[in-house]
Amino acid sequence: MQPHTENDLECIRIQKHFGSVRAVDDVSFEIPKGSFFSILGPSGCGKTTLMRMIAGFEQPSSGDIRIKGKSVIGTPPNRRNVKMVFQHLALFPMMNVYENIAYGLRCAGASKDVIRSKVHDVLERISLPDVANREISQLSGGQKQRIAIARCMVLDPDVLLLDEPLGALDLKLREAMKIELKLLQHQFDTTFVYITHDQSEALVMSDNVAIMNQGKFVQIGTPQELYHNPSAAFVAGFVGDTNRWAGRVTRVEGNTVEVETEAGLAMRGSIRGTGAPGVGDKVSAFVRPEFITAEKAGGSMQAGNGQNVIEGKVDSILFNGANSRVLVRDRAGELIEADVVLTGGPQDLKPKDDVTLSWSPEQTMSFKA
Amino acid sequence: MKQRDIKRLSLILLFAPFALWIVLLIVLPHLGMFYISLREKVAPRTYEFGLENYINFFAEPIYWNTLIRTGSMSLLVTVLALLLGFPIAYYIAKIAGQRSRGALFLMCLIPLWVSDLIRAFGWILLLRETGIISSSLQWAGLVNTPIEFLYNDATVIMGLVYTVILFMIVPLVSTLDGMDDSMIEAGYNLGGNGPTVLRRIIIPYAMPGIVSGCIVVFMLTAGSYLTPILLGGKNSSWFTEQIYDQFITRYNWESGAAFGFLLLAFTSLVVWGGLKLSGQTLNSTVARS
Repeated sequence: MQPHTENDLECIRIQKHFGSVRAVDDVSFEIPKGSFFSILGPSGCGKTTLMRMIAGFEQPSSGDIRIKGKSVIGTPPNRRNVKMVFQHLALFPMMNVYENIAYGLRCAGASKDVIRSKVHDVLERISLPDVANREISQLSGGQKQRIAIARCMVLDPDVLLLDEPLGALDLKLREAMKIELKLLQHQFDTTFVYITHDQSEALVMSDNVAIMNQGKFVQIGTPQELYHNPSAAFVAGFVGDTNRWAGRVTRVEGNTVEVETEAGLAMRGSIRGTGAPGVGDKVSAFVRPEFITAEKAGGSMQAGNGQNVIEGKVDSILFNGANSRVLVRDRAGELIEADVVLTGGPQDLKPKDDVTLSWSPEQTMSFKA
Repeated sequence: MKQRDIKRLSLILLFAPFALWIVLLIVLPHLGMFYISLREKVAPRTYEFGLENYINFFAEPIYWNTLIRTGSMSLLVTVLALLLGFPIAYYIAKIAGQRSRGALFLMCLIPLWVSDLIRAFGWILLLRETGIISSSLQWAGLVNTPIEFLYNDATVIMGLVYTVILFMIVPLVSTLDGMDDSMIEAGYNLGGNGPTVLRRIIIPYAMPGIVSGCIVVFMLTAGSYLTPILLGGKNSSWFTEQIYDQFITRYNWESGAAFGFLLLAFTSLVVWGGLKLSGQTLNSTVARS
């Protein structure tokens, strides 16, 4: 009897060294059954190495990997019930769609009838029932994507690994596939582990996201947690767009600090992360553009109720429909990004307008540097 | 209008050397040979048209036996070259590191810088009765009398494999090089073991390279002259030797030309059969690599 567990995948203190380089450094996590888990990190952070260890193509230097509660260290890749969708999909070009999907079943020794019914069943589920006899080269990018997933899902894996499979698609298709992947995951009710450097992919699709940097997991949490309550400066800077200042603490007041930036800007912020900064300590302050209000100077805005208020001049407008943004140059000469609503009317901000920016100290996330 | 004329002219000019080469050096001589092969010598300097030369070939068992022997030995050489060349090519393309890959590939090509003739004489130096291998065996006390390694079929086959294996390795390396490593990993990931991945993924993927290497090697072997003569001696019974005999020794151009066409027809037939068996086309193999 193997121990009963609700976790499809557990990694316990995984390390991987290449010579003196620590590609993966003491990573532990567990993924509950049927969830969509993303590992998000900049390129070269070790996420691909981690995935290859889960698939069995690399052996961890130390630590344990458990699938359904059972250690798979020493189990060769073809004996693990972990399937992988490769970055460039790696569909077999010399086989047609049917053969591609049937390959894994054949390896498992399934009978012809079982193979036929399973292949047709899985094609039905990815809503491509008529492509069985097509060659791989005749498929569109999105269809290839779905075939690559079907080829794995037909084998009923415990965990499906996806290694940046959307990277090669164009923007429109990528947006559509994000939603589709999420739906497929719901439909198959299998644990997906998704590796990406694209934060929007990770935020949109995942139940939980792990932020990885330099071989370590910095934070694991839901997309909302990571976005609104980052536990480290790296997470605040990496997830979502943000304005970033480096500065020094001039006053501490409970959970609030007063910060003077290197350019001489003063603002009040809330302490986040570990380690309480004292007066004189270096801090990094982050404010997301959507929390900054930009109004034409001379408006009703006042420095009351503890808001951070600064004056500036519009440097340029970045028009992008509902996601439009202004770049404001403050007195110190730094550029600050703020989200604005542009209606196309005469009230819209224009370059060279004097503006007042304001935001609350609550939204000024300050991390001890 | 003018633009189009210029385009057409440049196309003709670019194509001209190739067309001249094909027509003057390949099509015309072959037409001439074909014409000669259809002449029957009835009396000195009197000829008639007929298939006599071809009929002679089939009437005389030694002729077609030699052709069959040449064909089957060439097939054996092709198979051996494939069996030896595939692991080498796989190592160069997939296992060797990026840096050693170029060096290994170059090492495979170096023998091409020495002429066939010199290489064959090199083998003779090693293998003859007074050669290096025979004398070292005697020196080591393993044998008492000198041994002649030359002039038997095994030596001819070994020499031919050595000569042609490069032409097997080169197309194989280039096809295997184009194969994404993740394809092999996907093969394992989806549950295949080593032999399955080799049989169902690597070999089918490399099939165009395998077939094109086999075609080149088979053609080169069946048409080779130096290696079988030098290593096999007068009794090597290689078909090109028969052709040479007809042309030079017996001064029977008519029969030699007919033999030449029979060799061409025979090798083409074998290649066609091979393509049919492997389900490939000339377009997907030789034209691609």
